[in-house]
Amino acid sequence: MVAVPVPRAGAPDAADKPDPTKKSEARGLNFYYGSFQALKNISMPIYEKHVTALIGPSGCGKSTFLRCFNRMHDLYPGNRYEGEIMLFPDNTNLLNPAVDPIEVRMRISMVFQKPNPFPKSIYENVAYGLRVRGATKRALIDEKVEEALRNAALWDEVKMRLHDLAFNLSGGQQQRLCIARALATDPEILLFDEPTSALDPIATASIEQLIADLKARVTILIVTHNMQQAARVSDYTAYMYLGELIEFDVTDTIFIKPKNKQTEDYITGRFG
Amino acid sequence: MSEQTERVRKIRQLIAAHKRWDLFFSMLGLMALMVGVLTFTALFAQMVVDGLPRLSPDFFTSFPSRKPEQAGILSAWVGSILVMIVTAATAVPLGVGAGIYLEEYAPKNWVTDLIEINVTNLAGIPSIVYGLLALGLFVYQFGLGQSIATAGLTLGLLILPVVILATREAIRSIPAAIREGAYALGATKWQTTSHHILPYSLPGIMTGAIIGMARAIGETAPVITIGALTFIAFLPPPPVKAEAPFVSLEWLMSPFTVMPIQMFNWTSRPEAAFHHNAAAAGLVLVVMTLSMNAIAIYIRYRLRKRIKW
Repeated sequence: MVAVPVPRAGAPDAADKPDPTKKSEARGLNFYYGSFQALKNISMPIYEKHVTALIGPSGCGKSTFLRCFNRMHDLYPGNRYEGEIMLFPDNTNLLNPAVDPIEVRMRISMVFQKPNPFPKSIYENVAYGLRVRGATKRALIDEKVEEALRNAALWDEVKMRLHDLAFNLSGGQQQRLCIARALATDPEILLFDEPTSALDPIATASIEQLIADLKARVTILIVTHNMQQAARVSDYTAYMYLGELIEFDVTDTIFIKPKNKQTEDYITGRFG
Repeated sequence: MSEQTERVRKIRQLIAAHKRWDLFFSMLGLMALMVGVLTFTALFAQMVVDGLPRLSPDFFTSFPSRKPEQAGILSAWVGSILVMIVTAATAVPLGVGAGIYLEEYAPKNWVTDLIEINVTNLAGIPSIVYGLLALGLFVYQFGLGQSIATAGLTLGLLILPVVILATREAIRSIPAAIREGAYALGATKWQTTSHHILPYSLPGIMTGAIIGMARAIGETAPVITIGALTFIAFLPPPPVKAEAPFVSLEWLMSPFTVMPIQMFNWTSRPEAAFHHNAAAAGLVLVVMTLSMNAIAIYIRYRLRKRIKW
């Protein structure tokens, strides 16, 4: 069986750059839901202005890992982290209990699996992150909202109806709105948790194109259950299984000649 | 072929037999429903027949009187409305605050569980027990006397569990994804609560509060227990004054009566004419309650239309 062909969306190849800058790095990360250990000793880098994909079968811990980066697990009782997730260049350990999870979320944005716009206007959805940060100047917010919507490739579709309810948008537009909402606050890392799993193929293609465009501005970490998607959009790929990081490498390497037998089985569809 | 025909015939027979049971149970269900609906309709019709002739503008603008044809419900409906204002002003902020705390802030441990169980139990306590509690606490301990304030606080306490439960129910119906969406943008708990949780659960909270009030407005037992007077031939002092500070809270301490007590008083009179007054007052009370419920349904319908998860 031959490995999945790897179409690459005209992105600058990560392998071309010998030594990209690390934006973040997990070091010996363990995570527990109560007494259940969901992540086991994960260490891997996240490279700046590149797309890193997390793949693996359901329940492998990829979403759990992603949600460590913005301390989403702090919202629920009984969760526990061990180890470090460093954020560079300031060498902050995101998991340090002394670091406020709100500070972490102000630096790292997230886009969820299902589009989750607030039941407010399109404008207010994008402006919300700014409002949380205390922005009150109308002109500044207007400018930021437009910029974010442009970056999310949604501006032309919504500029005439910014004060319409966000629910009136289609699923794909709603997801791009959520991306605009996450972009408006100039995050250092943008987390995507299976952002296209609730969307049709056309909307999926537009989100993937967007991700490819966005990596010029922001570091991206994306969880996907769709291997072709990982191959299309990412520069680096991590394959996880049962809470462990099995292999991390340049996406082409993972998909063409993985070093690990387990990875190869998953990639080629013999398992998963 | 004939075997096939025979088979189809048997199937049809079987279906016909089964459908007879369908018919039987639908009839049984309809009868059960009719017992309730017809009883209510009959009661309501009786009240309309008895009371409607007594309903005139005078009936609303007259104080109670020893002469049934001159007696009215002025002091009763004004009293009911003033008591409801106090009830709403206590039960809504306290209930919503407690509901938000329990859903959003309270740590999940056995103390919280205990409080939750007790709140649910409180909703089932007979209302006269609240009256007894209020008699000891508000009337004697706090020295509020047999006033509108006492009645409002008592009924507020009575519907507090309803408001708390409605608040929690409304908050729980907000999907976790919306909450996480706000937190992921760096919102604090209070920002999430005040910008999202509270506004989105408002239809549910208001519905719950109004339904609680509709219950409170018809409550008689606790109001009698705290000593509401049945014969009030004056109105409480007005809440607004001509001179500064223009607002007066004197009415809070005024003696009062409410609609159900006025009704109770009239039904216990021997003269039939008073019974017609009671029916008329009952009609007004039912209309008040039903319109509150209608408002609740309307609010839920209007505000929910904007929000679809």
